[in-house]
Amino acid sequence: MAILSSLRGIGSRVVNAIWRIGFASRFFLMTLVYSGMSFRRFRLTVREIFFSGVMSLIIILVAGMFVGMVLGLQGYETLKRYGSESALGSLVALSLVRELGPVLAALLFASRAGSAMTAEIGLMKATEQISAMEMMAVNPIARVVAPRFWAGVISMPLLAAMFSAMGVFGGYVVGVVLIGVDEGSFWSQMQGAVDFQHDVLNGVLKSLVFGVAVTVISLFEGYDAPPTAEGVSGATTRTVVQSSLAILMLDFILTAFMFRGS
Amino acid sequence: MERTTLDLWVGMFVVAGIAALVVLAFKVGNLSTYNVSDTYQLQAYFSNIGGLKPQASIKSAGVLVGRVTGITLDTERYEAKVVMSVDSRYKFPKDTFANILTSGLLGEQYIGLAPGGETQMLKGGDEIKQTQSAVVLEDMIGKFLYNKAETGKQ
Repeated sequence: MAILSSLRGIGSRVVNAIWRIGFASRFFLMTLVYSGMSFRRFRLTVREIFFSGVMSLIIILVAGMFVGMVLGLQGYETLKRYGSESALGSLVALSLVRELGPVLAALLFASRAGSAMTAEIGLMKATEQISAMEMMAVNPIARVVAPRFWAGVISMPLLAAMFSAMGVFGGYVVGVVLIGVDEGSFWSQMQGAVDFQHDVLNGVLKSLVFGVAVTVISLFEGYDAPPTAEGVSGATTRTVVQSSLAILMLDFILTAFMFRGS
Repeated sequence: MERTTLDLWVGMFVVAGIAALVVLAFKVGNLSTYNVSDTYQLQAYFSNIGGLKPQASIKSAGVLVGRVTGITLDTERYEAKVVMSVDSRYKFPKDTFANILTSGLLGEQYIGLAPGGETQMLKGGDEIKQTQSAVVLEDMIGKFLYNKAETGKQ
């Protein structure tokens, strides 16, 4: 009987997971369909850009600075062995623009802004604000969900660009100012290696995809959370775990498409 | 509708983000070195291009004069056909020599143009007849070892 019940448990989990995926897809579609209001009343979106984008600014800038500084330090130690310290600029810039900028900015965004979105919507549901809106014939997806979605999608590439720019500055501070790599070769090797279309625009595209994934996961988890204290806390945890995994998996797929054979 | 401090913050955020993108494009990337001036196409056949890639630079006397736009294998001659677009400000004689060179010992490969003495200039679509292939390090080491072995016998 133990086997039977455990089999039943596995089955119900699988069915539940598929059910949730289907519901999440419909939720995403509804968000896109009802997003007209977030542009007609753009103030709603601006408000959410403030809470998710502007408030994440400090953590993004500080993290970017330190990641760039670590890259400068580690890159210098490794490149020194081959006598090619002058390639430090291209190493720092390429790794930031292609990978670290979009991925780390998205991970920070998921834990800073994504979890807040989930908790907010989960609590709105627990305190029956969502039902109240429906009662007043206000579509909660158009009024609450879509502005947050578009705010995340708009903020994410901007945050990733700032992260990369700040990281390059951090690498410059450590490499050129502190260690003393030649400034001219630092910038010229960087400009020689980084292609605007191939590297910078692909990085922006990556961060756009991450922005969509993180906000959809956060909003869905909040919307789908059981209306209890444990439910909201569980949903917040799931948001961070799932969006981090989604970012890293999507990054692999996107990298395979973008940078193969170059 | 009236302006609020929230709008100011969001405006600053958007401006800072776009400024970061502009920095990435011009200071970090190569958008500032893209020559927007007119170019003309030249082609050259090499028996081995080594590690030459599209977008590699074309230099003459160390000055950047153009970029490699296409590399294909010509199946009639079984040689690599390299298409270059050269800045139209720079004209080269008909007997210009095209070499594949390496910047530094392990650096990127580029095409160096060494002008000859002819008075007629290359036009768009012309072919550079005299070329020298890339130096393949393995071949060079092989030759060196072979020579060593020869001299060691005597």
